[in-house]
Amino acid sequence: MSDHATTLPDGAETSLPATATSRRKRQRLETLRAIVLGAGFPILLILVWDRAVAMTGTRLIPSPYQVAVMMYDFTFGGIYDDAFSGTILIHIWKSMQRVYGGFLLAALIGVPLGLLLGRIKLLRQLLDPTISLLRPIPVTAWLPLSMIFFGLGPNAAIFLVFLGAFYPILLNTMFGVRSIDPKLFEAASMLGCSGANMFRQIVLPASLPAIVSGLRIAHGFAWILIVVGEMTGVPTGLGSVVMDGRTLSRTDLVITGMIVIGACGFVTDRIIVAVSNRLLSWSAQHRE
Amino acid sequence: MSNGHQDTLAIRGVTKRFAVGDDEVEALAPIDLAIPKGEFVCMIGASGCGKSTLLRIIAGFEEPTTGHVLIDGKAVTGPGSDRGMVFQDYALFPWMTVRQNISFGPRQRHLPREEIDRTTDEYVRMVGLERFADRYPNQLSGGMKQRVAIARVLANNANILLMDEPFGALDALTREQLQNELLQIWKRTGVTTIFVTHSVEEAVLLADRVLVMSAGPGRIDSDFRIDLARPRDVSSPEFNTLRRDIARRLTSHLVLAKA
Repeated sequence: MSDHATTLPDGAETSLPATATSRRKRQRLETLRAIVLGAGFPILLILVWDRAVAMTGTRLIPSPYQVAVMMYDFTFGGIYDDAFSGTILIHIWKSMQRVYGGFLLAALIGVPLGLLLGRIKLLRQLLDPTISLLRPIPVTAWLPLSMIFFGLGPNAAIFLVFLGAFYPILLNTMFGVRSIDPKLFEAASMLGCSGANMFRQIVLPASLPAIVSGLRIAHGFAWILIVVGEMTGVPTGLGSVVMDGRTLSRTDLVITGMIVIGACGFVTDRIIVAVSNRLLSWSAQHRE
Repeated sequence: MSNGHQDTLAIRGVTKRFAVGDDEVEALAPIDLAIPKGEFVCMIGASGCGKSTLLRIIAGFEEPTTGHVLIDGKAVTGPGSDRGMVFQDYALFPWMTVRQNISFGPRQRHLPREEIDRTTDEYVRMVGLERFADRYPNQLSGGMKQRVAIARVLANNANILLMDEPFGALDALTREQLQNELLQIWKRTGVTTIFVTHSVEEAVLLADRVLVMSAGPGRIDSDFRIDLARPRDVSSPEFNTLRRDIARRLTSHLVLAKA
């Protein structure tokens, strides 16, 4: 019983403390490098932006400094003292309600439906053509109809976010189920598993990596769609800030809104990745 | 073939046809076979001789076109916990630890917790994976994975062990080690074992009885009894005589198949 787990990165339980510390040190250096490189590139872009604005003398695009001032005012107020000063939290809060309202609704419908569609051929034959037909329709094209269905206001925004998030969740879940090794079903059934237990104990966990990657893509779309969603005539939210900035020709406000949306999407994506790493710790391929 | 009361497994007139496009291919000619309780049987044959199909029919994963498989006199209608399949590529549940994989069968039967734990511990120990009990399959070597797969079906009370080229993907040293462990487990548990292999040496080393299968359509060509005492010496003249005889039966079909 001594064949070694050669595939294990930490297979040797006997490894000396000295190698453990040196490994930790190497890891820290690696993290530092990732941060320097990852942060360095946007800083470079800001420098290019600043120089380009200065050299062309354009008045259409604000300089990074002007955007930073706007960002400060948007966050803390006290500079312009207008309708947008110090309002960042309320806009983020409103947008998050719509993003996660639409996203959770999409997950709540998309995951179970995807599991069923993946397993049940009849259901697939019934719904697959319709889904394939509806899927290529851009979410923006739904804007007029969603405003008729849901009126002006947050529900139309939630519906649009839902539409954008729904398909990646549904398709990834379906794909995840369809690509489960059939031997796992055979193994489970010979061990006495069947029916609803099969769904809970085999289908769901086996397709979890695909479901999680679908959720992650959909979550990204949800943030992307918030600007479109908030074109539906809502007074608050990051998307509406961007739209207002356009109407008022305040490009510094537009860019500020863009940056805040990007930052929100980034931070929440990291949270999703951290959660999925915990959930999928068994799967070597799906760790990041 | 007799079917006395000591037979655990009886195969009666089992055939299998597959549809391939518009054609039908006869994968198994009528097969009759009786395997007494506790016997270690190796099935050997060229690819396409239907040995895996026969094994899958016994497991209940596939239905025979005609005929039936009887276990203790009762016809097989589907997969069941009395038969445990060990797949070549393990088919472990990757999201479960070694312990959870092994306890999967007992957990389906909603046994009391202490009983599940006791059974699981027993089989974790039997395959020597105590130190790896909380690892996930992707953290194990091939040999360890196959031990988990064996323990998983034994913990489920299987009294017929079906093995489909279980050691085919392992390196020579690990394979040898697992062959020995399998023999020990077989001796200890008395589990009836049907073992499909490509290797004549493996068959002669392990089995009480070697069934040579031939293709087109698949049928049992010859039935060798291996009466050598265990542990078997692969370099002994008796061993090599048997190996030569069986290899000759095998290759005779290969030549025929090519002609």
